[in-house]
Amino acid sequence: MAEIDKPMLLEWYRQMFLIRQFENQCDVLYKEKKITGVYMHLYSGLEATGVGAVAALRPSDHVITAYRDHGIALARGMDPKVAMAEMMGKRTGCSGGKGGSMHLASREHNFWGGYAIVGGHLPLAAGIALESRYNGKDDVVLSFIGDGATNNGYFHEAVNLSAVWDLPVVWLIENNGYGMGTPVEVASGQPELHKRAVAYGIKDMGRVDGQNVVDVYNVVTKAVEYARKKGPVLIESLTYRYKGHGVSDRSYDKLAELRDWQQKDPILVLQDYLCKHFECIEEELKDIERAEMAAVHAAVEFAEDSEAPTYDDLISHVYVEE
Amino acid sequence: MADKNMPMREALRMALREEMIRDERVFVMGEEVGAWQGTHRVTRGFLEEFGEKRVRDTPISEMAIAGAAVGAAMAGLRPVAEIMTINFAFLSLDAIINHAAKIHYMFNGQFRVPMVIRAASGWGDQATATHSHTPEPIFAHFPGLYVGCPATPRDAKGMLKAAIRDDNPVLFTESIALYPKPGLVPEEDDFVLPIGKADIKREGRHVTLVTYARGVEWSLQAAEQLAKEGVECEVVDLRWLRPLDTATVFESFQKTNRCVVVEESLPYYSVGSEIAAQLQEHMFDYMDAPVKRVSAMDVPLPYAREIELMALPNAQKVVDAVREII
Repeated sequence: MAEIDKPMLLEWYRQMFLIRQFENQCDVLYKEKKITGVYMHLYSGLEATGVGAVAALRPSDHVITAYRDHGIALARGMDPKVAMAEMMGKRTGCSGGKGGSMHLASREHNFWGGYAIVGGHLPLAAGIALESRYNGKDDVVLSFIGDGATNNGYFHEAVNLSAVWDLPVVWLIENNGYGMGTPVEVASGQPELHKRAVAYGIKDMGRVDGQNVVDVYNVVTKAVEYARKKGPVLIESLTYRYKGHGVSDRSYDKLAELRDWQQKDPILVLQDYLCKHFECIEEELKDIERAEMAAVHAAVEFAEDSEAPTYDDLISHVYVEE
Repeated sequence: MADKNMPMREALRMALREEMIRDERVFVMGEEVGAWQGTHRVTRGFLEEFGEKRVRDTPISEMAIAGAAVGAAMAGLRPVAEIMTINFAFLSLDAIINHAAKIHYMFNGQFRVPMVIRAASGWGDQATATHSHTPEPIFAHFPGLYVGCPATPRDAKGMLKAAIRDDNPVLFTESIALYPKPGLVPEEDDFVLPIGKADIKREGRHVTLVTYARGVEWSLQAAEQLAKEGVECEVVDLRWLRPLDTATVFESFQKTNRCVVVEESLPYYSVGSEIAAQLQEHMFDYMDAPVKRVSAMDVPLPYAREIELMALPNAQKVVDAVREII
């Protein structure tokens, strides 16, 4: 395992701050009706899980997730400009304005996309992992899973398939407490979701504090090594979504709970860690924050200045035409 | 090389085997495809010849079979996933329709999904309501997917090879009733039939019978019988429901001005509905009679042989339909 050093921590801080700014900006733009549509699921509050997990990968490894995908895309290195352009439905977006918030993807970053059908991407993760094994590579797939998806058939079938085929998949449950509006305890007979690993005979790597990027990085790094050499692993990260399920959500009153989670906000947790371990770090953090705020503003400007897709875009890529 | 007489299941096996030899990326996966030698014996001997890496038995997990094929295809392999019968593909609908058919478009061409889903289709063997579907039109409804349904061993070979070589996802159904039916098949390993091209199975000038898969046999039998009465039917085998070769249908219709659509599927929202709509929209000036449809009866299918067969199309029903418009 790579020693966690200051540049790594600062890079994680940068990514987490970028994600938070990006999501805050999306929220504003949605209210201004510059981002439209009925679906937008923000990653605010979950930054440590996405950033810590993605940091444990090599560039040749693969990442796939569900519809709450902005943070994962940015952590994997997607340019905020093309991400924001996709949010605004512009042809300069990563998916040409045809995918929208839930369908960010970047082939060059081995980020295989956000997927909008709950659980739908899980067998895709297994298939991508199969290619790695099939061709004798040792690349792994990191597949994020919402807690809600653990109750649908895709989870059962895909995780079981990864077990019987020994596929190199790190199954990472982002347990943010709710599947849409339904609490995990109401939806799951076994609310300790990592224990499902036992049912499939795969490695159970337990629960991790999803608010702490260092903890997430450490456990996912071990999981990635295990998956590379042996087979599938299941981890459960405990975290929280600040902005509810999505923009079409009916608002529900969970202010007390929200305040509790904000006490252990992932960005604050990392700030504390940095300040404890390094002297005079505050100015460096401020510089990072200024740079990332500027990056998000530049992304918005880029997206606003970009063209909308055309009729040719509407009818292209229905099929591969050679 | 000469043509060789063989049943459709052997023609399919030949096509699949040749493509696996030709391209290392091609592999098969599905329930019972390996150790069991394939439920329909299309993958007989494959496990011994190609090994466990390329002949992959799966759990009974239709969502994961189709979904893992999508992922493997996106990553650069060329999976041929077998869904044992099309009835079980209802469990895979999301993976096929929301993922296989959409991913190339949804991510603006960043990913390709070169996969084939093979499934046995059809009914008439007292398989009962849940195991008696021919739902190809449901799949053909969605842009992004190709749907192929061969009627002869020759077509089965050429079409399956085309499906495997294509960079788009293909749903490929094989009529259970046709698996044992023999026909001449080219032995050349480069025998590939183009995707989306219909085939005139019999020429005629009085009525166009538009059909596919098992309907071709009923149509040819009906044409034979009607020819004795001086009525000459042209049998257009669509071969592919997507892309739909309307050009060949229109060309035939311009000659005959009459059409009967023959299919094993249900009548509502069917291939018959689509062809009738296309003809009235584009060929109205050539139309001398209403477009007739011969299909399964609009009921769930029962067990008892006597009543099941009442619901199945046959050559006589095609003859009757032609007589109504001549």
